[in-house]
Amino acid sequence: MTDISAPPSARLSIGPLLFHWTREKRQAFYARIADEAPVDCVYVGEVVCSKRLPWFEDDIPAIAERLRRGGKQVVFSTPALIASDREAQIVRDYCAAGEMIEINDLASLRVLAGEKFVAGALINVFNEGAMDVVRRMGAVRVNMPVELSAEAVAILAAYNPGETEMFAFGRQPIAISQRCYHARAFDLHKDACQFVCGNDPEGMKADQLDGRPLFTINGTQTLSHGYLVMFGMLLQLQRAGVDYFRLSPQTIDMVKVAELHRAVLDGAFGPEEALEKLREITSTDFVNGYVHGQAGMNWVEEQVA
Amino acid sequence: MSKYLELVCPAGTPAALRAAVDAGADTVYCGFRDATNARNYPGLNFDPDELAEGVEYAHKRHCRVLVAVNTFPRAGNPGPWRNAIDNAAAAGADAVILADLGVLDYAATKHPNLRRHLSVQAAAASPHAIRFYRETFGISRVVLPRVLSIEEVKALISQIPIEAEVFAFGSLGTMVEGRCFISSYITGCSPSMDGACAPAAHVSYKEENGCLVTRLDDVVMNRFEEDEPGAYPTPCKGRFMVRGRPMYLFEEPVALNVIPLLAELKAAGVTALKIEGRQRSRAYVGQVVAAFRKILDAAAAGTEMPAAAAELRSLAEGGKETFSAYAKGWR
Repeated sequence: MTDISAPPSARLSIGPLLFHWTREKRQAFYARIADEAPVDCVYVGEVVCSKRLPWFEDDIPAIAERLRRGGKQVVFSTPALIASDREAQIVRDYCAAGEMIEINDLASLRVLAGEKFVAGALINVFNEGAMDVVRRMGAVRVNMPVELSAEAVAILAAYNPGETEMFAFGRQPIAISQRCYHARAFDLHKDACQFVCGNDPEGMKADQLDGRPLFTINGTQTLSHGYLVMFGMLLQLQRAGVDYFRLSPQTIDMVKVAELHRAVLDGAFGPEEALEKLREITSTDFVNGYVHGQAGMNWVEEQVA
Repeated sequence: MSKYLELVCPAGTPAALRAAVDAGADTVYCGFRDATNARNYPGLNFDPDELAEGVEYAHKRHCRVLVAVNTFPRAGNPGPWRNAIDNAAAAGADAVILADLGVLDYAATKHPNLRRHLSVQAAAASPHAIRFYRETFGISRVVLPRVLSIEEVKALISQIPIEAEVFAFGSLGTMVEGRCFISSYITGCSPSMDGACAPAAHVSYKEENGCLVTRLDDVVMNRFEEDEPGAYPTPCKGRFMVRGRPMYLFEEPVALNVIPLLAELKAAGVTALKIEGRQRSRAYVGQVVAAFRKILDAAAAGTEMPAAAAELRSLAEGGKETFSAYAKGWR
């Protein structure tokens, strides 16, 4: 008999790698994730800039195979900006191969021919009406916009009969553009960018004029200066119906990060202990404002529910 | 009467609507006094009665009225957006300008005969995206994001079955619209859900060591020397320390002005020009619309209006202009 009083256990996913890492660094990263990380799903693919693909796309099938052997579901993330036929073709090719994809631009919906998909956070499912539309289009899993408070996520997770996923760790994407700001910082243009974004595997800092941190720049993408960390919110959001917590790859030990999240969700130890253990492996600032209904760059000490 | 290019003008208030109509707008766009539109600022916008009066005033003078309901409703609170659509229909508006999938769905279902325009907040910049919205929600016009070169605009228009409206004058965002959370990252106020980017209540200007420092809440957006003109601290127009030096990382505080590109835009198949600025004064709106009216009428007759063009240049924000993405090399 199923114990219907036991709360459902949320799963962990590794989000698509947003930064332009070297081939070797990517391969090493996914090998460890495949073999060691207590995660259920891994997103693979280029979301930020399709110019980067030639550097590593030939490795994707082998990486996917390794992840699947390690027991992970693989979902192929597609570009946030379907601006050219090249990007539309990426979506078509995955569909032709029968793969589950994450769409990050509504343009992808027109390329799909009724297949099921994962809706990425940029699809902007802020409310029930939008949720109804994307589910009608075939979304089996829906990602919450990073701006949403825990309260809003809880409403949508309860409303969604399918799977709800939420960004739970890592630098939060807060804007994307057609213009490349990484190139601009080097007085270059996107067309002749020399792949300067590859210099910064954790992104490039953009600080306030008085030196205080503000943003992280990753090519065309703007992110928070610090890592979103929300150990104290995991259990209540799990109770509210969040099915997947997404851990976005940073250069720190993501296997350890996954273990810490798994431990909190399983009740092995509490959020304060997880936070201490996380502090042992990184000195990056932490942020969590959005989930508490505040400015995203804020850090709020969490009361554990 | 076929127009050279339709002139779509901002109506931030009932008075500005009348000023725009009187100055020669072909079409005006406005919003209700709540979070349902992306210019939700104090002192702006219309209640349902004011909208109905504005529609009557405009229609008498052969001017159309569009109502922006272009933000993204919060979970658990669809009411204001549904009411906005219903009130726009009841007031006789010619179209609603929408972005959220659920709002598009509601409008298409409940008011199938009310024209639906796709807001720039939907960030539909490809034929695929535009055809998706056309096929799913029956949109008649798309407002194109300000990130396409003229060649790209032309190529895109040739691949879509609906009208295209492009920004022609005023402030511009540099990020993919509707998904820019920079303002809420800093202030907690969300352009997407609250309709307010860098709202005035969060802005401060302080004299520090002979410089003017602008902030959004506690965050420094810019520092101006004595001889530098200051600019409103919209975060994507801020100056930041990057690679050890201060720079306008995202965009300089410039204004868009496409007057020298009119013939190319027309050749590209653009239907309408949109002037940005519902938050601008009635006087500004009157001046800008009158100048555009002269220039467009002259263009239709094959001539130019250099005096009007010069007047527009002086009205551009910060005194600096750009063709933005319309010219190549912006990216």
